[in-house]
Amino acid sequence: MSGFTRHRKSGMSLATFSAFEADLLRSLAGQLIELLRSESATVAEPYDGGQDPLEELFNFDGPTVAPEDPVLLRLFPTAYTTDDEAAAEFRRYTENDLRSKKAAGAACIIDSLEEAGLPPQPEDGLYIDVELDAATALTWMRSFTDMRLAIATRLGIEDGDEERWYGLADDDPESQVHDIYEWIGFLQETLVRSAG
Amino acid sequence: MSAPSPIELDDPVTDDLTVLATPWVTIVWNDPVNLMSYVSFVFVKHFGYSKKKAEKLMLEVHNDGRSVVSTGTREEMERDVQAMHEYGLWATLQQADA
Repeated sequence: MSGFTRHRKSGMSLATFSAFEADLLRSLAGQLIELLRSESATVAEPYDGGQDPLEELFNFDGPTVAPEDPVLLRLFPTAYTTDDEAAAEFRRYTENDLRSKKAAGAACIIDSLEEAGLPPQPEDGLYIDVELDAATALTWMRSFTDMRLAIATRLGIEDGDEERWYGLADDDPESQVHDIYEWIGFLQETLVRSAG
Repeated sequence: MSAPSPIELDDPVTDDLTVLATPWVTIVWNDPVNLMSYVSFVFVKHFGYSKKKAEKLMLEVHNDGRSVVSTGTREEMERDVQAMHEYGLWATLQQADA
């Protein structure tokens, strides 16, 4: 596990993943996509069947209510803290687009890994070399961030709580998820350095 | 010099002007997840700030819990907040004196 390095000539960000690591990344990206689609965005006044279907076809309204899932709320924060009406309007115009972009980012990770040769059922001993140009590296960084935000919110990670996690037994599921969180953080750190 | 002839004038209407003149700000809030290097990287990338300025703002977020990272019209700040959310940073907007 060496993370990302910068290729001097091309400026590309390079990394080699074991089959296990690449498969784990693909799985995390897949879970993120599912999460983004899980709780359908809440629109304050849903279509009741009584409106003009043509009008409904051109209804681009997004949600006006904050997501209930704390992970989704962290991914789609409330933009106005003291003005509920403005917050709802902002959400209506931005959240659906943001959801699509985040899902596309996670799909980009899956595509990069599969284009680099990750098969559906990878076997041990296989290594995957990925080369990311600047734009793709940025997309990976954003998606790594989304994955880490999702895991951290689920686990309840806080500033300066490292001992809580290191004190868990190795076979504790939370400890294993925390290890993945730290691994993505390591990848993120090296990716930022390789691209910056 | 002749004195100007007296003309009845309404009181000047300044409300709209005041609203226009009051800038809005984008605030980025601290969170326990985002890496310091990434937050600086985002400030350079999105706002075009120098590395030095980006690191100063990042440290404000880290140490003070929040930092004003941009100032402008409400529309501009909405775009910045939207971009910060795309990067996974926790951002809000408000009027500068609020």
